[in-house]
Amino acid sequence: MNNIILMSYLSLFLPFLAFLINALLFHSSRKKHAAYVSIVLSGFGFLSALYIAVFYFQSGIAPGKLILWEHLFLKFTDSLHAHFAFLLDPLSIMMVVVVSFISFVVNLYSLTYMKDDPSFSRFFTFLSLFSFSMLGLVVASNLFQMFFFWELVGISSYLLIGFWYQKPSAVKASKQAFVLTRFADSFFLLGIVLISYIASTFSFETLNSLSLSHFSGSINLGFISISKLQGLFLSSILIFIGGWGKSAMFPMHIWLPNAMEGPTPVSSIIHSATMVVAGVYLVARLFPFFALFPSTLHLIMVLGIITAVFAAVIAITQKDIKRILAFSTLSQLGYMLFALGVTSVVLQNESFIHPLGYSASIFHIFTHAFFKCMLFLIAGSLIHAVHSNSLEAMGGLKNKMPWTYAAAIIGVLAISGLPPFSGFFSKDEILIAAFQSEHFIVFALALVTSALTAFYMFRFFFLAFHGKPRSNSTANVKESFGLSFPILLLAIPSFLGGYAFKKLLFQYYGPGSNNLNVFEKSMQGDWIPFASSFIVLVSIFLAWYFYARPYAKIQKSLDSSNRPRFYKWIYHQFYFDEIYDALVQQFLFKGIAQTIRFFEDYIIGGLLKLFLFVIQKLGSLVRELQSGWTPFYLGLMIFGVLMWSLIAKLPI
Amino acid sequence: MLDLILFNSIWVLPFLTVLFTLPIHSSKTSTIKGIHLVSAAFVLAISLYLTIKVYLTATLTTPDASTFSLHFVTQHLWWKSIGASFFIGADALSLVMVLLTAIVVFTGILVSWSMQGNTKIFFALIQILGASVYGVFISFDLFLLFVFYEMEALCMYLMIGGFGSGRKDYGGKKLSLTLALGSSMVLAALIGIYLESGLNTWNLLELGQVTFPMSLQIWAFPLLFMGFAVSGSLFPFHFWSPDGHSAAPTAVSMLAAGVMMKMGPYACLRVAIYLMPEAAKMYLPYIVFLLIFNVILSGFIAIRHKDLKYITAYSSISHLGLIFLGIAAMTFLGFRGAVLQMLSHGLLTALFFATIGMVYSRTHTRDITQMSGLMKQIPFIGVAFVIAGFACLGLPGLSGFIAEASIFIGAFQNDSSWIRIVSIFAILSITITAIYVLRSANRFLSGPLSHPSIIDANFKEKLSIILLVIPLFFLGLFPSGISEWIDSSLLPIYTHLMR
Repeated sequence: MNNIILMSYLSLFLPFLAFLINALLFHSSRKKHAAYVSIVLSGFGFLSALYIAVFYFQSGIAPGKLILWEHLFLKFTDSLHAHFAFLLDPLSIMMVVVVSFISFVVNLYSLTYMKDDPSFSRFFTFLSLFSFSMLGLVVASNLFQMFFFWELVGISSYLLIGFWYQKPSAVKASKQAFVLTRFADSFFLLGIVLISYIASTFSFETLNSLSLSHFSGSINLGFISISKLQGLFLSSILIFIGGWGKSAMFPMHIWLPNAMEGPTPVSSIIHSATMVVAGVYLVARLFPFFALFPSTLHLIMVLGIITAVFAAVIAITQKDIKRILAFSTLSQLGYMLFALGVTSVVLQNESFIHPLGYSASIFHIFTHAFFKCMLFLIAGSLIHAVHSNSLEAMGGLKNKMPWTYAAAIIGVLAISGLPPFSGFFSKDEILIAAFQSEHFIVFALALVTSALTAFYMFRFFFLAFHGKPRSNSTANVKESFGLSFPILLLAIPSFLGGYAFKKLLFQYYGPGSNNLNVFEKSMQGDWIPFASSFIVLVSIFLAWYFYARPYAKIQKSLDSSNRPRFYKWIYHQFYFDEIYDALVQQFLFKGIAQTIRFFEDYIIGGLLKLFLFVIQKLGSLVRELQSGWTPFYLGLMIFGVLMWSLIAKLPI
Repeated sequence: MLDLILFNSIWVLPFLTVLFTLPIHSSKTSTIKGIHLVSAAFVLAISLYLTIKVYLTATLTTPDASTFSLHFVTQHLWWKSIGASFFIGADALSLVMVLLTAIVVFTGILVSWSMQGNTKIFFALIQILGASVYGVFISFDLFLLFVFYEMEALCMYLMIGGFGSGRKDYGGKKLSLTLALGSSMVLAALIGIYLESGLNTWNLLELGQVTFPMSLQIWAFPLLFMGFAVSGSLFPFHFWSPDGHSAAPTAVSMLAAGVMMKMGPYACLRVAIYLMPEAAKMYLPYIVFLLIFNVILSGFIAIRHKDLKYITAYSSISHLGLIFLGIAAMTFLGFRGAVLQMLSHGLLTALFFATIGMVYSRTHTRDITQMSGLMKQIPFIGVAFVIAGFACLGLPGLSGFIAEASIFIGAFQNDSSWIRIVSIFAILSITITAIYVLRSANRFLSGPLSHPSIIDANFKEKLSIILLVIPLFFLGLFPSGISEWIDSSLLPIYTHLMR
């Protein structure tokens, strides 16, 4: 047991150690050292995470919860304490393994990818900070620790998106990402404060076993007064808003595609595999709590499916390969979230929980992390090779980059969800969950999304690797082993991960709460894997037909100028960027903020001036009296004495 | 006995240093600066030593709920006919505030090293300014406290008028006249308290045993609270601070925003609420309404400014609003959050003004649209500014987060409507803070380089930055010990409030 505690410290603090060493010791002079420190320490971090996982599943504790250690951080009140802890349960250990593995792989990849960058050591410093923060987030045992690291991953993401700080677009994107997620986090914080006021705890354990009948009375929200039950419901929504922003759900999604301004390894670890699933993780972590409020789960489901379809549609039209992957990430995050949402089934005013959606969502976090991270690293290799993000500059890279090509086949098949690749298993659990819980509209839209997914991924695949080279820079491309090796490391779990994890899934990954009202399913949906595979195959054929058949008019299909209007709308992402800019710049800054500044400068400043003016005028009025002319003083004196004696005579 | 001497030397040493440097010819600037630096270092060391010492003994004893548990008491009758005495001492709250002041004074002297003009007078005034701030934090006689409070406002005027930049005359006058307005309100209330008690004393501890009648409290509390709150720039008395800060030289801005603005909320807590808790309970749920301006609107104003000092000044107004929110919530956690925010904001705003001063001395502008990409040339200063910014926007791991979390959770425990509304808006306003912090940092630190020939911080500047950054991290990472220690001095105030 002591070993496990030691290992848990190591897995969490080795990345932090790497951060400290790099931040304090290595500057630009000894830049390679920084990478070696990060790679070695994150490698050991991964090994210790693996050790804990093996121990956990073999010792018979699973699927129980275990708090390996807990340190008191601050006592807010006598009953409300903030702790830092290492929570060990099936969900957290899966995330720890995934995060530390991907962190190791991405560090390794960046050694080659970033080698020409002058700020090499800064990159590894920030990356280690991110790994530490993300690990701290997933092992949190309470909302306070979660929020603590939640903000830290946000700031690491900000620092890494804006890594090339001399590039204005990167700076803008980093600021947008931080401010938008911060906006969501302010509601998250409000939710935490509200729930700590009502339930007087931060602990997930307590929140997940709340019994609503204990809460009576009301709370005052200023303008209105609501019952404590409504307060809990409100805080479930507020807490979810935090996840809404972090997981970039519609309409707060815009920061994620723009975050692609950061270096590609950053996109692969933060903006696809780990940080953006924090929102999903939050809901999964507090699932029994959310399950108390079917309306919240319903909101989660609707947002999830909207984002899934919306982003998949946009991904079809994009030409920047990183943006294609970014929209694909959004779409897959939508998948994970609606899977959590469809668990809620309301029949005849009674609400049930169908746990399959929960398991499926976690499963999809797992498989998606590997294949999406790998796809991003592949995109990075392509960009590294042709020095462009655009599909217009690629084509015919199949023979030049055979290893990358092989990995890409695994990646696109995995995300499209064809057996036996990992994505197939998790995607079909989600589809089955939606079907069994009788959310048929969601199910139909999910099928459409899976068809779109296969189409845009194969569009990317054919346009990048097949056909003829479309630019000169593709001519002398060489594959770099330093980049391909980490990609191949990820190809293994992308290929086999689904099959391997499925065994663990149903044994250990249930909502883990006894007081759920479990839904008795009436439908099986055994036909779904066949149907979805068929749809995917049709989509792949269509993609081949449009983009890779002999004599396909690729130049024409890449040209977006002569397109119908709705295509342009999609291509420009429904102008959400422009709407946001207008809202922030015109409405918030020039409208509200400028009005307030006007009020401060002219109204308050003016009143102050008026006040000073009156004082001055009064002063000069009194000054006139001090004329220095003796007869005037004498006259005043006589007048005063007369008045005084007159008043004294009055019968008062 | 040794500790008592050391404690008294905190306020005596600055005056002695001034006397000692007066005969030195003003052309020997480095001698004068050296003497002042050594003296400030001594005070810093002494206050650190005493703080740690009292902290270590405090963990062994249970705090006294009825009155402030003072250490190092020095008491002499001073003005017999009115009963004023020279009564100083320190509890946890005093000591941490003194330590904060000592850090800011020392770093302020360090960053003013290359200042032009009459060095002798400048450093002498900084020392006197520092001494008067120490005086405010250690006086437990209201008359003495008022004397120190006034002395500080006077020094501030001389320093801004004499050594400031830009509209220094206007800024200095605006600052000192507004503070004088506050002082007059305070004085009226103090005289009322003195006469009503009938004890012929200004001793805070003795006056604390008196329950003042409502007829006094009803007029004296608002005067006292609002009068002190002027130096904490509570709306509508905030207008002195942007012009004052921007006109002041770097060290004075650091002292003004870092510690002088904390004297207001400190005295509100220690004097106004402690002496008149019944009126506090009546007025504060409505005074909190003013904080909508402080916390939220001034954040928006900061977004629209281009001058780094104005941005920081409005950000200070916003953060001072959070301090007052913690105080006005009248919960134990709120009080603690307010004190933590005083410390946190004192450090981070001193760091802000220090780095702004360093940038200004290199680029000769404070307009963020005139500079860009400076991170490449001055990474040390740039990183320091970013750290201050992160602390300002409440990043976990730095002190601001702990303070804000305590204030928010503490304010939520008060169920009255206005406090609830303001705390909800205050929580949601963390986005606005993020906007103005990132906007100002990004504008001048990132993008293409505008000033290619400037050089990074020298040793003294680096030292001052490090001295300010370390406690920011310390408070943010290990808040437990200091928070619980501060609780021991807040307990008497809270007990009074609940009586």
